[in-house]
Amino acid sequence: MAEYRKVYGLGAEFDGVASLMKAAEKIRDEGFSKWDVHTPFPVHGMDKAMGLGKSWLSAPVFIGGAAGTLTAVLLECIPSFSLYKVIVHGKPFDWRTIPAFFPIMFELTILCAAFTTVFSLMIFCGLPKWYHPVFNWERFSRMTDDGFFLVIEAGDPKFSESKTRALLEGIGGAHVTLIHD
Amino acid sequence: MPETIVTLATPKELVPVPLVTRERKLNWITENVSSIVEAPTPLWWWVAFIPCATLALIGLLCIGYQISNGVGVWGENKTVGWAWDITNFVFWIGIGHAGTLISAILFLSRQKWRTSINRAAEAMTLFAVICAGIFPGIHVGRVWMAWYLAPLPNSYGIWPNFRSPLLWDVFAVSTYFTVSVLFWYTGLVPDLGTLRDRAKSRIKKYFYGAFALGWRGGNRQWRHYEMAYLILAGISTPLVLSVHSVVSFDFATSILPGWHTTIFPPYFVAGAIFGGFGMVLTIMLPARLLYPQLDDMLTRQHVDKMAKIILLTGSIVGYAYLMELFIAYYGTNKYEMFTFFHQRAGWNNGGWYNTYYYCMMTCNVLSPQVFWSKRARGNYIVVFIICMFVNAGMWYERFVIIATSLTQDFLPSSWRHYHPSWVEVWTFIGTFGIFLSLFLLFMRFLPMIAMSEVKLVTPEADPHHHPEPKH
Repeated sequence: MAEYRKVYGLGAEFDGVASLMKAAEKIRDEGFSKWDVHTPFPVHGMDKAMGLGKSWLSAPVFIGGAAGTLTAVLLECIPSFSLYKVIVHGKPFDWRTIPAFFPIMFELTILCAAFTTVFSLMIFCGLPKWYHPVFNWERFSRMTDDGFFLVIEAGDPKFSESKTRALLEGIGGAHVTLIHD
Repeated sequence: MPETIVTLATPKELVPVPLVTRERKLNWITENVSSIVEAPTPLWWWVAFIPCATLALIGLLCIGYQISNGVGVWGENKTVGWAWDITNFVFWIGIGHAGTLISAILFLSRQKWRTSINRAAEAMTLFAVICAGIFPGIHVGRVWMAWYLAPLPNSYGIWPNFRSPLLWDVFAVSTYFTVSVLFWYTGLVPDLGTLRDRAKSRIKKYFYGAFALGWRGGNRQWRHYEMAYLILAGISTPLVLSVHSVVSFDFATSILPGWHTTIFPPYFVAGAIFGGFGMVLTIMLPARLLYPQLDDMLTRQHVDKMAKIILLTGSIVGYAYLMELFIAYYGTNKYEMFTFFHQRAGWNNGGWYNTYYYCMMTCNVLSPQVFWSKRARGNYIVVFIICMFVNAGMWYERFVIIATSLTQDFLPSSWRHYHPSWVEVWTFIGTFGIFLSLFLLFMRFLPMIAMSEVKLVTPEADPHHHPEPKH
């Protein structure tokens, strides 16, 4: 192709989980920061091999869940205590009947927590993102089948087309390919 | 002194049976699950779909007829205000519970065999909840007023009663449906990516690609994905227990004999899981027959374990039935005793619904006891027949609870018989059509087995796995 296309990074393919994990440990120790491994299923232990910590997706979920509880408290208490007082079973209609409000508080907590989980997941993973340079690599479609890939971005400060290629080949990467944007 | 090393071989019964048999490779899993969706529509699919869709249409016509004429077209009367409609609601919502149990509770308890059945079971949950939601919706009579159930400010300044279990139910069921959809879709994203990458035609690529959201399986995505999955499983577990508990509160908080008991929440939850697993197997066994290539993923082990859950929950339900009878006797409340010993467990049709009670006992308590036998759990025909009993039994249970308590309560002057009208019968049959049609569509367009999750339980997914050298 005549036109100039920006280099996105270098990709390498590995033959299995074990070799990919070893490669990831090497890349981590080399000090790369902008890179990722692509696998058909989550590989347990890969976070450590890549030097990644715990996912803090739970933090926004906690806030979302708490917001749900608060919504339910307000939604139930304001109408029941002041806007539209209903006397049920001859019982009082003030705060003393609060146990009857627990089921809805529980349900709204779950509902808001679930929505926060899914939307935070999308934000944390950068989804939806229908175009990504890795899809330009024709071998990459095996990622969702049985392919194990490691991609180092050109934006990484330690990236060098020739040296990184040699590194990837040295740690057992096959089909090392330059991926264009 | 020469050292003797004694190696004790692991006893045969303690060696775990592989979840994917015949050492299938990752690519084999992808091929065999995706090919179901990619192959041209088989003839049997149309043969199954057309009658199901016809029934669904009949059901929808009955609903239309009922909405345009009012609840009077049903067999209900002033005494029996809840009958087939609420029976069917509880029946369908219960069926949904197995899906969430498999996807959430078995996930938290690290039961890896769930991976090959969770997708289909979750889909079943959604479709069952859709069928369930129809009944209370049309039961309100003036359907166009149903929005009053929602706590929305309106010009009359009327608010719903937040202390009513019926309103809790609105929140519980709608939350259950929404969370189940979110959980199901989150699980689907990586597999939609697989279908996107394999799609040949432009339309398919576009369709699956759009819903796969551009999934690229990076570990920087997977780690958040796994956390999200764990959280969803964690919040779905109390949710599923709450939903049927709230459904049981609809009855338990009233003062009717037979309803007014504290055993209801656990008894309803156990019954829901029991009935749900019955339906999972009712659908899974034929699917396995139609797609023999799935045999290595839906193994004998799966059927065996589900049969054991049916046995366990069926026995819990049996315990609850007997405990209800005992408490009725022990409590010496004459209304309670009349309900249990005359209307339900009476002999010779002394009560109007004795036959239903004994059908319920036979189907739910006695029939699953067959599963104590390993041979019975291994025989698919036996398992299928027992599951049919379970499906029927759980419907009888709900009908017995609702009808016997309502027809004859405190005042003999208000005792009324109840018979369903043709509209009710066909609406119920119609919901089976809706359920099965939706399930057939799901089988046709989406991967029935969670590929990425099944791959994770194969030996190849273990980073410490080294293939044994061939001898």
